Amino acid sequence: MRLSDLPKGSPAVVDRVDDAHAGDPIAQRLRDLGFVEGEPVRLVARGPLGADPLLIQIGSTRFALRRSEAARVTVRTEVAA
Amino acid sequence: MSAGSLRIALVGNPNCGKTALFNQLTGGRQKVANYAGVTVERKEGRFTAPSGRVLHLLDLPGAYSFDAASPDEQITRDVCEGVYPGEPAPDLIVCVADATNLRLHLRFVLEVKRLGRPVVLALNMMDTARRRGIVIDVPELQRRLGLPVVETVAVKRGGAQALIERVDGEVPPAAMAQADDAASRADLHAQVRELLAATVAMPRATAAIDDALDRWALHPVFGLGILAVLMFLIFQAVFSWAQPLMDGIEAGVAALGGWLTSALPADSALHSLLNDGIFAGLGAVLVFLPQILILFLFILILEESGYLPRAAFLLDKLMFKAGLTGRAFIPLLSSFACAIPGIMATRSITDPRDRLTTILVAPLMTCSARLPVYTLLIAAFIPQRTLWGLFNLQGVVLFTLYVAGIVSALAVAFVIKRFRKDKSEHALLMELPSYRMPNVRDVALGLWERAKIFLKRVGGIILALTVLLWFLSSFPGPPPGATGPAIDYSLAGRLGQALHYVFAPIGFNWQICIALVPGLAAREVAVSALGTVYAMSGSDDTVASQLGPLISQQWSLATALSLLAWYVFAPQCMSTLAVIRRETNSWRNVAITAGYLFGLAYLASLITYQVARALS
Ligand SMILES: Nc1nc2c(ncn2[C@@H]2O[C@H](COP(=O)(O)OP(=O)(O)OP(=O)(O)O)[C@@H](O)[C@H]2O)c(=O)[nH]1
Ligand SMILES: [Mg+2]
Repeated sequence: MRLSDLPKGSPAVVDRVDDAHAGDPIAQRLRDLGFVEGEPVRLVARGPLGADPLLIQIGSTRFALRRSEAARVTVRTEVAA
Repeated sequence: MSAGSLRIALVGNPNCGKTALFNQLTGGRQKVANYAGVTVERKEGRFTAPSGRVLHLLDLPGAYSFDAASPDEQITRDVCEGVYPGEPAPDLIVCVADATNLRLHLRFVLEVKRLGRPVVLALNMMDTARRRGIVIDVPELQRRLGLPVVETVAVKRGGAQALIERVDGEVPPAAMAQADDAASRADLHAQVRELLAATVAMPRATAAIDDALDRWALHPVFGLGILAVLMFLIFQAVFSWAQPLMDGIEAGVAALGGWLTSALPADSALHSLLNDGIFAGLGAVLVFLPQILILFLFILILEESGYLPRAAFLLDKLMFKAGLTGRAFIPLLSSFACAIPGIMATRSITDPRDRLTTILVAPLMTCSARLPVYTLLIAAFIPQRTLWGLFNLQGVVLFTLYVAGIVSALAVAFVIKRFRKDKSEHALLMELPSYRMPNVRDVALGLWERAKIFLKRVGGIILALTVLLWFLSSFPGPPPGATGPAIDYSLAGRLGQALHYVFAPIGFNWQICIALVPGLAAREVAVSALGTVYAMSGSDDTVASQLGPLISQQWSLATALSLLAWYVFAPQCMSTLAVIRRETNSWRNVAITAGYLFGLAYLASLITYQVARALS
């Protein structure tokens, strides 16, 4: 699933970040900010207009990402134990 | 390298407290605020360590990574790598990390370590970390990192003691330099995870209070409501709280002027210079100090609270549609204080196109220098009435002027977007910090700083231009047998009458035309200049406090509204144009900005004046 499609509040884990085009700087920045394999993420809030941008919590940091940015991140939802 | 001049650079993620530490160590007063991207240039300071050694300290912009994404991050990277022009590489890097946010910040620490220079890690915000029950095994962290680690609380007196002792001691050995490539960068995250697992225990990822506040502040409906109420409250406060203070200053200036000039013969040049020039001119501007301070009181509290990036989050979509970015919110909000820091703050905008658009529209935000002009005219022409039993009509008009600035900025940005050829994606990627309680002492100091800046302007450029204008309005003197006031025959009077041809269609009289000329240097000067011009052309001893009533008798409402419209747009500020030149390195952008703003100003005034006249 893409991070941009994640329902609010449900926990997930980052799978990978895909480059939208070769040498995509936004994708690289996302990786530098900690969007790497195995990192838990959560959708905290959505913007008021068109549900954009998204507020994503990763670790103890909250980042505002536009939908198109969040769409670069693939996540898997935790299988309930 | 002599032991006497150790050069230390403060490096770290944005908003981790580097500047707070810098101020604590050097006694400096650089700007500290609770959002990422406050510091956008390198700042130098020095302090004497207990050993008597003088240490040079360098405060740098925050960076998430040395793979720089914005102009401010580039500065940090260049300084650290020793390639910044005119700046030798630092002898010691103090890497600052927020102890409540180590997952993100330790990654950058590892990146800094790989530069292969001596590094000390300062774990800052230890007060908050302790309060949140975060436990860090510092000796173990130090062992695993292979760097000296100290704990600091940058905002508490003595909170940097451990750091001072550490940097005053021996410089730690440099770590081994390592190549920087994509594979090894991915590896950094794995190392951070290991470090965290071994040394940090966090009961909760975020502060409970942040989650609770954000549920309201970022709520799709309540969030926008809170933002609107907050903004409106500020304008109401600027108008209603300031009045008693303004009355006090007005009375004080008038009394002082009367007392000082009473000893002088009433028809002497000195009497006229003091009374008509200095007291009428400067007094007219000085009155606005309380309003400016109230505006800044709110701005300072908002900046420190951590609310501003939330507002940017709420408005991002709207701003994006208009061709801006949510990140432009903070630079544009700073421009309400003054466009100069606002334009400089655009350095934290990643995308060069977004940055240029933000710079071009920043002068449309209503800066505090417009307040004197707006309030003078509003107080003179808009009746003091209560609307719907709640709002002060004058406050509503002021609010409308601010809104006019914002709406036109969005419109201009939209037009720029249409003309732009490069339509590739723009990034937002903005961090939302923890909420923080503003510290009373810091806010008070910030206000004091602002008051000093304002008084310096009054005593500097405004005083100089006022005296100059007095001369131009006094000389040459009237020919013998002249009947009108002396100013009609002076240089300034003639200039005003010549300009009047251009400005008559928009309703400006020749006195306004005169005032606009020195007003090109800075907006408030127009008010002091009007004070002087009217004092010079009046037969009686008009002083500062009477400028308002005087113009309300002599000008039509249409003229007043037209002048208000002019000031929404006109780039009457040299320093803003100079800073645009510096930040974009292009005269073309200066010409575009000045051109389109004067064009809009004339057009808006023309429409306002003609419509107002037709209606009345
Ligand atoms: N509680 C607490 N707050 C701190 C501490 N140090 C800094 N702060 C606050 O953290 C925020 C950021 O401080 P700054 O000094 O502006 O951070 P910076 O690292 O210079 O930020 P940039 O210039 O944007 O990179 C401000 O709101 C400070 O008041 C600390 O030790 N404890
Ligand atoms: Mg700073």
